[in-house]
Amino acid sequence: MKIHEYQAKALMRARGIAVPEGRVALTVDEAVAAVRPIIEATGNPVVVVKAQIHAGGRGKGRFREHPELGGVAVVTAGIDGGVGAAEEAVREIATKMLGSTLVTVQTGPEGKRVNRLYVEQGIDIADELYLSVLLDRAISRNVVMASTEGGTEIEEVAAATPEKILREPIDPAFGLLDFQARRIAWGLGLDGDAHRSAVRFFTALTEAAVELDTDLVEINPLVVTSTGEVMALDGKMSFEENALYRHPDIVELRDISEEDPAELEAKEHGLSFIKLDGTIGCMVNGAGLAMATMDVIKHVGGEPANFLDVGGGANADQIAAAFKIITKDPNVRGIFVNIFGGIMRCDTIAEGIVAAVEEVGLSVPLVVRLEGTNVELGKRIIDESGLDVVSAADMKDGARKIVELTR
Amino acid sequence: MSILVGRATKVLVQGLGRTGRFHTDKAIAYGTNMVAAVHPSRAGEVEVFEGETDPSGVPGRPDRYRVELPIFRSVAEARSATGADASVVYVPPPFAADAIMEAADAGMPLVIAVTEGIPVADMVRVKRYLVDRPTRLVGPNCPGVITPRECKIGIMPGYIHTPGRIGVVSRSGTLTYEAVYQLTQNGLGQTTAVGIGGDPVNGTDFVDVLAMFNDDPATEGVILIGEIGGTAEEEAASWIAEHMRKPVAAFIAGTTAPPGKRMGHAGAIISGGKGTAAAKIEALSAAGVVIAPTPTDMGAAMLEALERA
Repeated sequence: MKIHEYQAKALMRARGIAVPEGRVALTVDEAVAAVRPIIEATGNPVVVVKAQIHAGGRGKGRFREHPELGGVAVVTAGIDGGVGAAEEAVREIATKMLGSTLVTVQTGPEGKRVNRLYVEQGIDIADELYLSVLLDRAISRNVVMASTEGGTEIEEVAAATPEKILREPIDPAFGLLDFQARRIAWGLGLDGDAHRSAVRFFTALTEAAVELDTDLVEINPLVVTSTGEVMALDGKMSFEENALYRHPDIVELRDISEEDPAELEAKEHGLSFIKLDGTIGCMVNGAGLAMATMDVIKHVGGEPANFLDVGGGANADQIAAAFKIITKDPNVRGIFVNIFGGIMRCDTIAEGIVAAVEEVGLSVPLVVRLEGTNVELGKRIIDESGLDVVSAADMKDGARKIVELTR
Repeated sequence: MSILVGRATKVLVQGLGRTGRFHTDKAIAYGTNMVAAVHPSRAGEVEVFEGETDPSGVPGRPDRYRVELPIFRSVAEARSATGADASVVYVPPPFAADAIMEAADAGMPLVIAVTEGIPVADMVRVKRYLVDRPTRLVGPNCPGVITPRECKIGIMPGYIHTPGRIGVVSRSGTLTYEAVYQLTQNGLGQTTAVGIGGDPVNGTDFVDVLAMFNDDPATEGVILIGEIGGTAEEEAASWIAEHMRKPVAAFIAGTTAPPGKRMGHAGAIISGGKGTAAAKIEALSAAGVVIAPTPTDMGAAMLEALERA
């Protein structure tokens, strides 16, 4: 589960991790009102207005409605003009940003609508670094990853100059040890105040990652200020879904306007659904089989419209919900149901399909492949239902038939 | 012969909720030697299972079964009283890590964790706990392990399996069933089918299972079923290139999966450009593995791999 930068920074601040002063704003007036207290608290006349969306690359992104404007705007009007000038500049920027669409490398061409802004103090930057805490699957442990190449995507650093990435694995029994924190700080070339500040930062951030069950904390850039303080200039946090049950306060931070409505609806019905760009809707039991079904459709020349796993014990209601979600997508020109009934019996699934089609109605071709327990009975239920359903012998045959029917 | 489980395996179940009870009943019907259950608040009771014997399971049994499964308050007590040498975990996610570690503490040689949804951080701790302990963990978030007509531990349908020559190892449940079904249809059959699970942190990896199949005289070839996310398939490819003496066929799911999205399984995600199906297929091909272009071709790919060898 992703959260916004301002929420991540609030979680960090509460745990003693250095972040700039800032305030969230949902309206233009709130953005303007944030300026004076920030400038007065920090003594710095420069403020920054940052669009809050669940996607990276905001600084280099552009607003579709205002191509001259990026997702991060530095306001320097306060240097000569004082607080009043800073407020007026923030008003103009906030008016343009709120409700507009920010397109970044991570949002895709459709971009994301900006509903929240974060107004933050300007920081006098001496150095930009990179820091993250994430799972290293190869060793089954979290690692702290750091690099001197702040502000650059870590994938680019890994590809171009992998030697510049420092890694410290975290033993779950001990956490990040002090000497490891010092080793990262030395590796980043930090000494004096900055070194001490960095060690505190690394330790506190690692503890927060463990406490909050994050699956990623990424600080890019992590900055050293002109006074030698190490601080999170940006902050990305996402949380591991399986552990959310023990963090009700984190669940509260969910911004559903950032999530796909169809994916949300599916989740409410206990279905795992991901929207794709193709034309063939898929309904499958099992995650691996659901993924493979998309692959087979592509293999025979079609394009899948979605990933949909109804799970091992889907009931008739869930199957009906799945049909509704698939048919709601206007791109869908045909549906392929691919079920390997193991513990779940094919006749139960067939009954669910028939009931769902009768309830939801069907305006596109439907191909059903059933295999497994009680398969003959399941096929008979579908044949005798009088529904316009095409049966398939196996997965590939089914994929071919639905691709054919939607041509 | 087979790997991990067989006729002699004595199985204990941790977690007797609806799912645990249902699949324990199926396992007994199949002929698995279930010897005990662990439930902290029901110690001293027995759980009764009875019904019709599964004809696809262990041969030579009466048509009906009735088993009074003794319940113990701890794995240690259950193990010392019954000699159980494998445990299957159906305990719900918040308590599953503890259940696995309890089994390891009791010296259980094999723990099969079926539970889906265990927090990753809990599994990181479990892996740390298992260091220097003799327990082999399979899973979590896996269908389990089956040696056809000998022992079924987990949630897979027994009847699709048939004893034979091929080892199956997979990160996905339903794709395992597809592979097993095709091997049954084309007469190759299975020695043992092992689900290693769809989570990012798991107990047993492809390489562990490949090594066991390599040393199992009855296994003549292996089908490996992988998916996007992580580097387990790439590690398997290097191991195969160096050590594998038997033909291997593979299918990798997720060629069309978009990056950054978790495809159902917690571990099935392409992140930072890593873990793509294309990279895995390339690594496995380079190691001489026959790749099935679709799941429908898994059985045929295995036949081809056997012919090439």
